[in-house]
Amino acid sequence: MLAPALVWWAIFLALPMGLVLATAFFKGGAYGAIIYEPTLRNLERALDPLYVGVLWHSVWLAMLTTAICLVLGYPAAVYIATRASARTRTLLLVLVILPFWTNFLIRTYAWIVLLNREGVVNGALEGLGIVDEPLSLLYNDAAVVLGLVYGYLPLMILPLYAAIERINPEVLEAATDLGARPLRALRTVMLPLIIPGIVAGCVFVFVPSLGNIPVPELLGGGRSEMIGNLINRQFLTTRDWPFGSMLVLALMVLLMALLVLQSFVLRRSRQVGVDG
Amino acid sequence: MGEPRRPLLAAYMGALFAFLYLPIAILVVLSFNDSKLATVWRGFSLRWYEELFRDTEVLLSIRTTLVIAIAATLLSILFGTLLAFGIERHTRSPALENGIYLPLLIPDVVTGIGLLSFFATISLPLGTTTVIIAHSVWGTAFAAAIVRTRLRGFDRSVEEASLDLGVREVPTFLRITLPAISPGIIAAALVVFTLSIDEFIIAYFTAGQTVTFPIQVYSMIRFGVTPEINAVATVMLLFSMALIVGAYLIARPRGPRAARPGEGPA
Amino acid sequence: MNQGIRRALVAVVAAATLAVVAACGGGEESGTAAQEAGPVTLSVLTFNDYIPENLAEEFEKKTGNTLEITYITSNEDGIAKIEGAEPGTYDIAFLTSPFTQGLIAADKVEALDGSKIPNLANLYPEAAELAYDPGNAHSVPYSWGTTGICWRQDLVGDTVVDSWSDLLTPDDNLKGKVTMLDEDRWLLEPALKTLGFSLNTTDADELQQAVDLSIQAKSTLLGYDAETFYSKLVSGEAVAVQGWDGWCNYGTAEEANIQFVIPSEGSDLWVDTLVIPKGSTHIEQAHQFMDFILEPQNGQWVAENILYKVPNKAAMEALDPALLEQFPNMAIPPATLLEQEALEDLGEGQSAFTDAASKVKAG
Repeated sequence: MLAPALVWWAIFLALPMGLVLATAFFKGGAYGAIIYEPTLRNLERALDPLYVGVLWHSVWLAMLTTAICLVLGYPAAVYIATRASARTRTLLLVLVILPFWTNFLIRTYAWIVLLNREGVVNGALEGLGIVDEPLSLLYNDAAVVLGLVYGYLPLMILPLYAAIERINPEVLEAATDLGARPLRALRTVMLPLIIPGIVAGCVFVFVPSLGNIPVPELLGGGRSEMIGNLINRQFLTTRDWPFGSMLVLALMVLLMALLVLQSFVLRRSRQVGVDG
Repeated sequence: MGEPRRPLLAAYMGALFAFLYLPIAILVVLSFNDSKLATVWRGFSLRWYEELFRDTEVLLSIRTTLVIAIAATLLSILFGTLLAFGIERHTRSPALENGIYLPLLIPDVVTGIGLLSFFATISLPLGTTTVIIAHSVWGTAFAAAIVRTRLRGFDRSVEEASLDLGVREVPTFLRITLPAISPGIIAAALVVFTLSIDEFIIAYFTAGQTVTFPIQVYSMIRFGVTPEINAVATVMLLFSMALIVGAYLIARPRGPRAARPGEGPA
Repeated sequence: MNQGIRRALVAVVAAATLAVVAACGGGEESGTAAQEAGPVTLSVLTFNDYIPENLAEEFEKKTGNTLEITYITSNEDGIAKIEGAEPGTYDIAFLTSPFTQGLIAADKVEALDGSKIPNLANLYPEAAELAYDPGNAHSVPYSWGTTGICWRQDLVGDTVVDSWSDLLTPDDNLKGKVTMLDEDRWLLEPALKTLGFSLNTTDADELQQAVDLSIQAKSTLLGYDAETFYSKLVSGEAVAVQGWDGWCNYGTAEEANIQFVIPSEGSDLWVDTLVIPKGSTHIEQAHQFMDFILEPQNGQWVAENILYKVPNKAAMEALDPALLEQFPNMAIPPATLLEQEALEDLGEGQSAFTDAASKVKAG
């Protein structure tokens, strides 16, 4: 059962990754050529505080986005999962996903229309006499986080819903009937069951946020560059693939560390949980 | 049996939907804007719809994207479900369990670049096929992760009881296991499909001369956004709604056969 | 799927194709690929919305050749497509001058036979004196222009905008309402020109100074915008931007108060060109296409629809004077353009330059 997917991944994931990572230690030549001489020059360049700063800035924005999505998405997932009527649940889920079915770039652009100095929000605020001068709502970190949250919130709600929905309501009821306070019931009964959903949701939101390119470009006005933009710049604009590969490597090392953390959380939840 | 009434939570849902839909509503309004500039209103007009329906490039790119998304979803569900079962049922290897999340932890730009150099190396021409392959690489991971979440909560004793009663494995799988995990599979299919439709970066690297819809939109934005894009958004929204209503109507008659009452056609 | 078999198959098919072509008597061997005679399908790399919609139709009517067009989103994209594909995949590529120069230096484009492009006579004499390709030996110019400041004269109070330093250290009328281009060659332009350095510098110290100055200026920017800066001007979101002349005209078309000025410190000269990538099997027909593109009506289409200046004298002279009046930068004479510093291929120094640009974006 494992074989088809693993072979698939070996060919189309492991081999390509190997290619990219090997490239990180070669020299970049003119016109995007790769000179196959081993070098550590790319590593030295990547350790420039400016580039390390971009990496941390990206991690910070992506974490903020993930946290906000979790806080916004959890009540929504609970609400949807606790509807008795399947039809209502389906309808609500569909409503959550529907915005996702318009293009990501278009939806990101919608926030420019809303937030720019001459945009809908500033127009409304000025019209109501709340502000005299338009506010600078766009082209900053807050706008980038807003755009990421808007883009990826459904990716948090779906796995949360899938996890919460499979909890038998009777279990929860039983726990409450047996005198467990709601909060205690949540902690001891529900949490272990939904942690896999939370972790999945966080992964789904964090990764595309961290590697995002269009949102910082459009809503950050290019002033708030993230690691994805930096990598993209190396590959597409300047075509220095070896240096870009080195930045990718740095990103991957960081993500590996987070992967270890995530599996640790999962393992703990399984020890606490029912199927320990 | 009644559901918990939570007025605060209901109000919150309302606010959340406002947050999700307001920006799109603005685009819908702007799609009727006569001005070439999306930030300036200059009266009602249908000209962007006229331009859209004459714009064969946009229409073609939408078709390409749909073909890619459907193929990538099918492949991903197949590989992903097998993988989820294999991991939950046939292995206790923590490395493998964590391994299936690995493709989700690789940023699109990395996957895209890696595949581009790989396809170039084996001289596989770039096009629809390569994008399908690329999308099902992470699609498989999404599908496996979601199906697995569902599978882990599934009470195996029902399945074992069925087997003990002499029902063979395949019917047991079809009658007991599949209905129970089908919400997971459907959720996975929805996620993979919607992500594939929307996926820009990997496609950009692996599409070659093929233009997917996001690539087309990107191209249009680079030369200045026209309300034609807003018209596209409006049409896409209507299309999605029609599709969902249609799927719902088709799925409804079979609803009551689901494993648990209230499981619904999801 | 077996890679060995696939490769072998590809090789066999390629060999068979070559044999057939050679047997059909088209085998003209002189370092170029075997040429295909008669009407063919030319594969063209160009930017979206950059050629007349009916160009393919008209070209077919005139020469019998058909066009297969592939759109690129940037020069880098175009180079990547050319280098990523088998030689002969593309017959014509639209590229901006520094990239053209790079390809010429690397011997990756075919030399042109001027006698097969009689319409070269339609060009301004200046168009044959461009440093990236003197005498149009490897490329023909399609359009040209410069970069300057595009600004709203009605929204800046009594401020007069005429220099790069106005953008780098904006006064209160401009602060927070300025955008700059973030494509590498233009990203450092305001700083380099203000400091009196060449736009083509790869000197580490000069670049560092430009980086420092550019990062300083970031705090007073609205943002970087290389795509829609002119619509930000129309809406009033920005009041002064670094922008390409032609794109500035898109703003002027909607809002007459939008002006264009070449900054006092000087600016750049860019030329969009057509080249034939090495390996084309349709060199003859590609020449026909180049000649066709230099017909006045095509240059005129570019000027009227893209609002770019073209090096095509015949086309420029055919323009309606009202157009030049509405868009004064269309009337910038070739001599003024040539006074600006031509963007050059940086060769080995490219990585130092792009590293500097990356630092500005990261800083």
